[in-house]
Amino acid sequence: MIHAIKRISLALFVSLCIASILSAAPARARTVTDSAGRQVDVPDTISRVFTAGPPASTLLYMLAPQKMIGWVRTPHNAEKPFLLPSVRELPELGRLTGRGDTLNLERLLAAKPDIIIDFGTLNDTYRSLADRVQAQTGIPYLLIDGRFQNTPAALRLLADVLGVKARGEELAHAAEQTFARVDRTIAGIPADKRPRVYLARGPEGLESGSRGSINTEIIERVGGINVVEGLREKGGIVNVSPEQVIAWAPDTIITLDHRFQKTVHRKAEWKPIPAVASNRIFVAPNLPYGFIDSPPSVNRLAGLTWLLYKLYPDKTQGNLRDDIRAFYHLFYQVDLTDAELNTLLDGPGG
Amino acid sequence: MQTATTIVLLFVLLIVIALIASGVGPYPIAPLTVLDVLTHRLFGTSADTTLSTVLFNIRLPRVVAAGLVGAALAAAGAAYQSLFRNPLVSPDILGVSTGAGLGAVIGILLGLPVLIIQLFGFAGGLATVMIVVALARMLRGSGDVLVLVLAGIVVGALAGAAISLVKVLADPYDQLPAITFWLLGSLAGVKANDVAATVPVVLIGLAPLVLLRWRIGVLSLGDDEARALGVNVERVRAIVIAAATLVTASVVAISGVIGWVGLMIPHMARILTGPRFDRLLLASIPLGAAFMIAVDTLARSGARIEIPLGVLTAAIGGPLFVWLLARSRKRLVP
Repeated sequence: MIHAIKRISLALFVSLCIASILSAAPARARTVTDSAGRQVDVPDTISRVFTAGPPASTLLYMLAPQKMIGWVRTPHNAEKPFLLPSVRELPELGRLTGRGDTLNLERLLAAKPDIIIDFGTLNDTYRSLADRVQAQTGIPYLLIDGRFQNTPAALRLLADVLGVKARGEELAHAAEQTFARVDRTIAGIPADKRPRVYLARGPEGLESGSRGSINTEIIERVGGINVVEGLREKGGIVNVSPEQVIAWAPDTIITLDHRFQKTVHRKAEWKPIPAVASNRIFVAPNLPYGFIDSPPSVNRLAGLTWLLYKLYPDKTQGNLRDDIRAFYHLFYQVDLTDAELNTLLDGPGG
Repeated sequence: MQTATTIVLLFVLLIVIALIASGVGPYPIAPLTVLDVLTHRLFGTSADTTLSTVLFNIRLPRVVAAGLVGAALAAAGAAYQSLFRNPLVSPDILGVSTGAGLGAVIGILLGLPVLIIQLFGFAGGLATVMIVVALARMLRGSGDVLVLVLAGIVVGALAGAAISLVKVLADPYDQLPAITFWLLGSLAGVKANDVAATVPVVLIGLAPLVLLRWRIGVLSLGDDEARALGVNVERVRAIVIAAATLVTASVVAISGVIGWVGLMIPHMARILTGPRFDRLLLASIPLGAAFMIAVDTLARSGARIEIPLGVLTAAIGGPLFVWLLARSRKRLVP
């Protein structure tokens, strides 16, 4: 008897909850399955999109800049020429990361987004975060798989939701062509002829990403061998000693810092490294977004093309400047001047 | 002023601050509208859905959670200060917050659901203090307060080192920011469910402190005196440690790590009520709750992005504490 009462009251409670959610939500037109397998009801027309983090922000900008309502982080002055004028001055809204975050849910509601999207890692933390925020705010929350290889699918999924299918198809196709070009180029290169790459991060170049980390995913995708052996299946940022870099003997160094490239020749401990001796040290461009990561989003496609030219100069046909210009025209919708292209590829004043 | 009057006034202050806080926030709601939505809710008629979402799903749970966090940390701080007969003690003296932090960051690293991360935090806090107490007992019986504190420092430092290790292993784009924000403390993601789950635990923890407030006060005279007055020193001490750990771990699980409140609020209360523990505890609870609600209101309304609570309590608490010390210098230095 008591059992039955408990059950009935539970059922009543659940149906009340469902009823309140349904009554609180405006008319929803269709259901979308996101990358995490969640069924999300989204409105027919979406004109205001909130992004949970920098990767999602970049993805949204490339597909539908007119639907952006703010940035996770305001673009710096140096980055602004590489973005459409209409989005440069959008407000900074903060990010949704989980337990504590810089975003205020009230401010999120005040921004009146039609939908929230996140593009990145899929795990139970982000799944439950999405469910919570969705339940708390009544705003549909879409999770999109952020793995590099999934870029074309991610572009198509979000484009479909936002009602910009043609644009999504165009970008997804370009992404597939970039991947195919990489595969064609590296197909004939045996494993022992592949470049051994070290990613030098940090002011001294002694931070790196171990194999399998999101920071170096792109190096492995372009056929390079990341010399930093993985500590675990999904590596992270690691600190290494100069001695260890000498032992790994990378023939190519990729850095994110112009100063490192300029000063590395003066440092005795870097001299024995083949990449330094042969001057194969490349600074990854980062305007408006990094070519290697930061954020790990669609912007890495430019990095893939750039790496192809840097790592396989003999096997790559075409012109790096033209290819990068075309990428910016298509994805960022900006036409770079020669000066801007120089700043991008060679650094400020380069 | 009579102490009882002071305590009643503090509770009135708490209610006033909670009401003001409910009306303040980045989503603009006019004061009359707040009342309107509240009455609509009471009589079951429907009101503006966004407004009621903001009020009932986001703002009110946060106000209540902030009050809980403040009350729990202040009460735990007052109890520990009395127990250890040391005014510089905070609820984290036995490593509760650090242990809770470790539990939570492991949860984030493993990519677990938010609710499980909170449970990990709670379990981490309790486990740390259990290890500390066991270690102290192993080293030199359970009676020695100094050994207990030293064991707390050691285990807390180990947990801190483990947190650093987890940070190194975490994914720098997704998990590291989450860990950082968690360790800075925030109530941004608090849901009504979290509050509902935390209220009974905090009440269960506060009850023995309030009921035993006389005997805990006697402990601050010293063990021998307390024994002479017929207090079972060991048992009361164990109950205080268990209760204070329980309330601290349960609020840290929903708010993340928030420093200073447990150290500072008892000192403020002491100025109002004097050092007697029974009065001190009853004053610390509403004062801590009111302080935390005010600070959290600032955190969610002060800037376009959320200001981490741990940053705010340190920024406000540090200078305030210096001022309190300067004020009470005559009493601290003979």
